[in-house]
Amino acid sequence: MADGQEWVEVDASNFKQLLDELATKHPGLAPQIKRGVSLSLDGVIYREAWFTEIGPENEIILMPYMVGG
Amino acid sequence: MALDHQAKRDFKVVGTRVARPDGIDKVTGKAAYGADITAPGMLFGRILRSPHAHARIKSIDVSEAAKAPGVKAVVTSADFATPDDEYYADIRDNCLAREKVLYDGHAVAAVAATSKAAAKAAIRLIKVDYEILPHVTDVDEAMKPDAPVVQEGRALENVPAGMSQNVTSHFEFGHGDLDAGFAKADKIIERTFKTAATHQGYIEPQACMASLGADGRGEVWCCTQGQYMVRANCAEVLGIEASQLRVISSEIGGGFGGKTTTFIEPVALALSRKSGKPVKIVMTREEVLRATGPTVSTSMDIKIGMTNEGRITAARGELRYQGGAFPCGTVEFGAQAAFAAYDLEAVQTLGWNVMTNRPKEIAYRAPGAPTSIYAVESVVDELCQELGLDPLDVRLMNAARKGTLSAYGPTFSEIGLVATLEAAKAHPHYNAPLGPNQGRGLSCGFWFNFGGNTCVSLNINDDGTIGVVEGNPDIGGSRASISMMAAEELGVPYDKVRTVIADTTSLGFNDVTDGSRVTFAVGLATIKAARAAIQEMCKRVAKIWGIDEDAVLWEDGFAKPSGPNAGTHPPMSLAEIAAIAGNTGGPIAGHHEVNADGAGVSFGVHLVDTEVDPETGATKILRYTIFQDAGKAVHPDYVEGQMQGGAVQGIGWALNEEYIYGEDGRLQNAGFLDYRIPVASDLPSIETVILEIPNPGHPYGVRGVGETPIVPPLAAISNAVSRAAGVRMTELPMSPPRLLKAMSA
Amino acid sequence: MKMIPVETTINGDRTEFLCNSDESLLDVLRDRLGLTGAKEGCGTGDCGACSVTLNGRLVCSCLVLGVEVDGAEVETIEGMADGETLHPLQRIFIEEAALQCGICTPGILIAAKSLLEKNPDPTDTEVRYWLAGNLCRCTGYDKIIKAVQKAAAEMRAA
Repeated sequence: MADGQEWVEVDASNFKQLLDELATKHPGLAPQIKRGVSLSLDGVIYREAWFTEIGPENEIILMPYMVGG
Repeated sequence: MALDHQAKRDFKVVGTRVARPDGIDKVTGKAAYGADITAPGMLFGRILRSPHAHARIKSIDVSEAAKAPGVKAVVTSADFATPDDEYYADIRDNCLAREKVLYDGHAVAAVAATSKAAAKAAIRLIKVDYEILPHVTDVDEAMKPDAPVVQEGRALENVPAGMSQNVTSHFEFGHGDLDAGFAKADKIIERTFKTAATHQGYIEPQACMASLGADGRGEVWCCTQGQYMVRANCAEVLGIEASQLRVISSEIGGGFGGKTTTFIEPVALALSRKSGKPVKIVMTREEVLRATGPTVSTSMDIKIGMTNEGRITAARGELRYQGGAFPCGTVEFGAQAAFAAYDLEAVQTLGWNVMTNRPKEIAYRAPGAPTSIYAVESVVDELCQELGLDPLDVRLMNAARKGTLSAYGPTFSEIGLVATLEAAKAHPHYNAPLGPNQGRGLSCGFWFNFGGNTCVSLNINDDGTIGVVEGNPDIGGSRASISMMAAEELGVPYDKVRTVIADTTSLGFNDVTDGSRVTFAVGLATIKAARAAIQEMCKRVAKIWGIDEDAVLWEDGFAKPSGPNAGTHPPMSLAEIAAIAGNTGGPIAGHHEVNADGAGVSFGVHLVDTEVDPETGATKILRYTIFQDAGKAVHPDYVEGQMQGGAVQGIGWALNEEYIYGEDGRLQNAGFLDYRIPVASDLPSIETVILEIPNPGHPYGVRGVGETPIVPPLAAISNAVSRAAGVRMTELPMSPPRLLKAMSA
Repeated sequence: MKMIPVETTINGDRTEFLCNSDESLLDVLRDRLGLTGAKEGCGTGDCGACSVTLNGRLVCSCLVLGVEVDGAEVETIEGMADGETLHPLQRIFIEEAALQCGICTPGILIAAKSLLEKNPDPTDTEVRYWLAGNLCRCTGYDKIIKAVQKAAAEMRAA
């Protein structure tokens, strides 16, 4: 499954719930989620923040974990 | 963490050019770097390295070496623990090979002896029985189904069946209808690009001194970008508790991403544990080039469609990156960054990470981005040439702005790309006349920048001075900027603040210094720690004045009464409050721990004029101007320094630097003579233009700036050289022989 | 291998040491004399981080043997300041942000001082070519050249 290319629907009110739901409903995504994903919420990137609240109006994109140099 | 809602805040300290705190030590030779430490009874460590690109280790016989004069310990990977986590197992196997050597220079064993000479003599006595295996060093060769396999079973679930086992992961990003987009284009250009691996080229080789007792308590002194990372790696590899290992970061002689992992520290600890003495290991330059972490080398296909007016209608990129003998994730960043500067209706980027028999790659400023953006910006430039369009106007027409759905997913908030492009267009460099054999090139570039785990403690000393304790090695002058932000927030002069970088026992976990994160994240944490201290000071003063806490405000270094019921009280200075802290409750401090988010991307545009000598193929850089958005330049000198330094690294990458492997899979140019980095006489003066489009995620608007500058030079120079030489270059570096060959083809 | 006694002058101080015949001056300075200001960046004379002067001549100390300095005068970065008074080059390097990580700085300061002793009014090109033997990876050289010129101007006026 290609990150960011498929649009899926899940029930979640924060980042952690979103990830848990995704891993359960779409097991193909589970390994990548385990390796680490960042969350983009309306354009702002959150690296690991589980309790970031999300609502029905938010645009949410999942991205692989990033590092720098 | 929104920007302070003060209408155009008047900074008093931030934005000025103060003297850095470590300056005197560094100009007098007093500063202590990794190799500058000694300890009583210290032994010298030396590492035996594989002369083969790929071989099975049948046996290692250390008996002769162990008996050699002065030798107190010999170690192999058998002396390491067995971490469950694949990430740490790879680090362990890279530090000392287990079962197979995977690249020329891969560490196999190490000795500790009473002198450098004794250690050097002893490693020659170690007998390793190798079974030489076929090797592969080129990225495209390594992807072929019949390529020699570097490691088995390392591919992730996202790699299609039937590919070589060297292909370890695959990624795709994008949106829109590509076919429809290309159908709308008036001109489509499709090109393949190749880039060689390069090295960060920090002038200070890795060096450390480690001490580990039989009780599992130890200490490491090392030059590193992250003492907490060193602690974590060493704890896992040695099988000890992190809390029992104290890691102290020395001054660092350059990192650029190359010192965000460990090579010699676990080995030194293992030798120390066995010998009962501190062990110092210093890498030679040859070891640094052969066996630390260079960049990926790449092979890339880019296809872009444009209308006659210059609008990009569709873009596709396929990136193949080799990251050495262990799986890496760098192609993802390259794939995400490739088209990030553009507002595109239809875009797709695919990436493959591939293993080869080369050293394990690590970051070099913006990992993965310089190469992919080089390819994209080259095709955009060629389209401009073919269609007779102005390269800056085309960038402006297609530039990402606030609200653009980026090619890698998120929608951009405030970004500085258009501002930098407009600044470039207005600059005299852009229209200066050019002579024969000269060409002008430009490129955009950017980096995502990070926040990350950060802890800061801010102490109000009893004499009214300030101590800031943070956990991020200073690789670019950040201590000055951190002190400036503390001074700004507290309202005290800069020279009342001293910022120190603590060892791992003094603070909670800090992510490494990378991702251009320190001025942003440590700065943010410092500001919050300062505010916490201010709150405490106001609380104390409120008690003294007998009024409510919220009737005291902090301004310009003083607590002042505020509001109608506050009464009249002469303001109290920070120094006065500090002097009586013992009477009012005890010493005063503020601290802040956070996993910071909200780092702002930093866009840049580079403009360069080159002259190509048609007889020798040599390129001269005539003029270079850099435009970059810093959000808020805390210390302009150091922002300029990042821009100039990164650009010159990019110049080396574009024109000269490359890892050259022979047919035997061995590195041919493992020294500064033949791995030629730019010297002063290669370069003109480099002009810098700093723009400030504040980042809403930081109280002062700061954006990380350190990595972006290495991204634009590759394409800017390639575009300039292609125009000067009259031939489109698609391979880096554009060394004289390559250029001559292309010009005469 | 028996060690060889050497008598020399370092930064104006008479110094004696023992070393092996195959030890470089850089090794001696750093490992035997505690003068760690000179740095080993490459060990092959390509980076200039180990620059010192030997009888007034700019050299890479990694290419000089310890035994070669017997009876000679060696100047290192540790001798550049006068007590707590920095040499103008040192002071101006800090003021002009001509260093970032600072590892190349001792070598560059020694080299720049040597240049200005021979040529107090160099052009930018002359400064760049003189410093071509000193690698810097952090700064891109720009602020270094400006700092050398500023120091040169101040020293000419003094």
